[in-house]
Amino acid sequence: MMMIFGIPAPLLFGQLLLGLINGAFYAMLALGLSIIFGMLNIINFAHGALFMMGAFAAWILLQYLGIGYFPALILSPILIGLFGIVLERTLISRLYKLDHLYGLLLTFGLALVIEGLFRNYYGSSGMPYNIPAALQGATDLGFMYLPIYRAWVVVAAVVVCFATWAIIEKTFLGARLRAATENPALVRAFGINVPRLITITYGCGVALAAFAGVLAAPIYSVNPDMGDNFINTVFAIVVIGGMGSILGSILTGFGLGVIEGLTKVFYPQASATVIFLVMVIVLLFMPRGLFGKAA
Amino acid sequence: MLEIKDLNAWYGESHVLHGAAFEVREGEVVTLLGRNGAGKSTTLKSIMGLVPRRQGSIRFRGAELIGAPPERIARAGIAFCPEERGIFGSLSVTENLLLPPVIAPGGLDLATIYALFPNLKERAGTAHGTKLSGGEQQMLAIARILRTGAKMLLLDEPTEGLAPVIVQQIGRTIREIKARGFTVLLVEQNFRFAATVADRHYVMEHGRVIDMIPNHLLSSSMDKLHDYLGV
Repeated sequence: MMMIFGIPAPLLFGQLLLGLINGAFYAMLALGLSIIFGMLNIINFAHGALFMMGAFAAWILLQYLGIGYFPALILSPILIGLFGIVLERTLISRLYKLDHLYGLLLTFGLALVIEGLFRNYYGSSGMPYNIPAALQGATDLGFMYLPIYRAWVVVAAVVVCFATWAIIEKTFLGARLRAATENPALVRAFGINVPRLITITYGCGVALAAFAGVLAAPIYSVNPDMGDNFINTVFAIVVIGGMGSILGSILTGFGLGVIEGLTKVFYPQASATVIFLVMVIVLLFMPRGLFGKAA
Repeated sequence: MLEIKDLNAWYGESHVLHGAAFEVREGEVVTLLGRNGAGKSTTLKSIMGLVPRRQGSIRFRGAELIGAPPERIARAGIAFCPEERGIFGSLSVTENLLLPPVIAPGGLDLATIYALFPNLKERAGTAHGTKLSGGEQQMLAIARILRTGAKMLLLDEPTEGLAPVIVQQIGRTIREIKARGFTVLLVEQNFRFAATVADRHYVMEHGRVIDMIPNHLLSSSMDKLHDYLGV
């Protein structure tokens, strides 16, 4: 058997792939959090619950309406995004004039309520969601077996993350968003409806979480706590990448997923803490995070 | 064109404008003169809806704007160039220029804007608007509101902190846009500059308008003006 640094190659590459998969979810969730933080100035603690709702929406669509994976990949983000828009309009928008802590408390409370409701109706054991037929199976790369669905998740996440980055950094709509993040009052004084822009941004950030939720459904069981398992790590990643930095969230998400995977190979005991260790080190030397802008 | 009556404005507990009143007629360049803290900038921000609380009357082309949010005031045809210039560092020079949406026909096209501000054409590729020099940022801040079709411009101290040659260029620009039918309400500390561009001057003190001096009487009102401005 081929060995690399005294580790069997299939084990190493297997963990590397697992790391990339986790990284894909970290990146998508951190990206949504960053966009929302940039425009709304709130840390969206409901993000994990909305990710879970995205997975449940896919499961419900299949279970009750017979709608399959690929339509759900589009429908679920739209439905949950609309739910996010209702949340922003009816609840979150009332807190913009108050201290940011209130937004944090509200979204934290929302997460508890949403997760509690789902636990009440669906239990916490989790529902299976099958990998769609077109993405089943694995391919032999010579040094390891690559499950097709996992490759698909990484590719889909990379495409969605960089498409989001390109929309924000390279388009006209993105320029409005960046300007409104920097100086919302002046952007309003140019005749741009910033409150509407904020609502749309929240809806899109939520849709991104729901999209990640659908991608996650066949890998992790669909259960009310699936968001919780991710979200603490994702907050650390947002901080490491630099609050509000789009590219920082994407690169840090993937990068730390891989670091976490490799830690599982070389020193498994530290795999649960390595990301927080990185956070401490980064914050000691770069308080604004790896990609954060100077104030 | 713009009629302000009994305008009051507050920042939190502090009452900044105490019943300011004046008017600007179509095609005029009018300045607000006064000492620091007299309420000149606050007046512009109040017209734009950018103060937390305001009362009174702001009529523009006959429509009352006192209760309107900033985006509706902008869409009514008033454009604002803030004192700190408001150039966005996360936007390129071109993105900064194209950011304010066109709200009515009759704005200047890009070719005309680049003819007025040749520097901006040279710097169009700059990735961050805030990499421009102070003078260039000021030109960009004026240029971007000329595109929108808004015919009433509020300029807050466009000459502040700039070299004399740039101040002259901004003076030429204001005369040029006046000739093109724009109406300008200008806040200035520098009344010598104001005299080269304006038709009339309002003097503000303690949040009120206390006097109006037509430009042709400015030289004969120097004593009074020195009194007002404390120069």
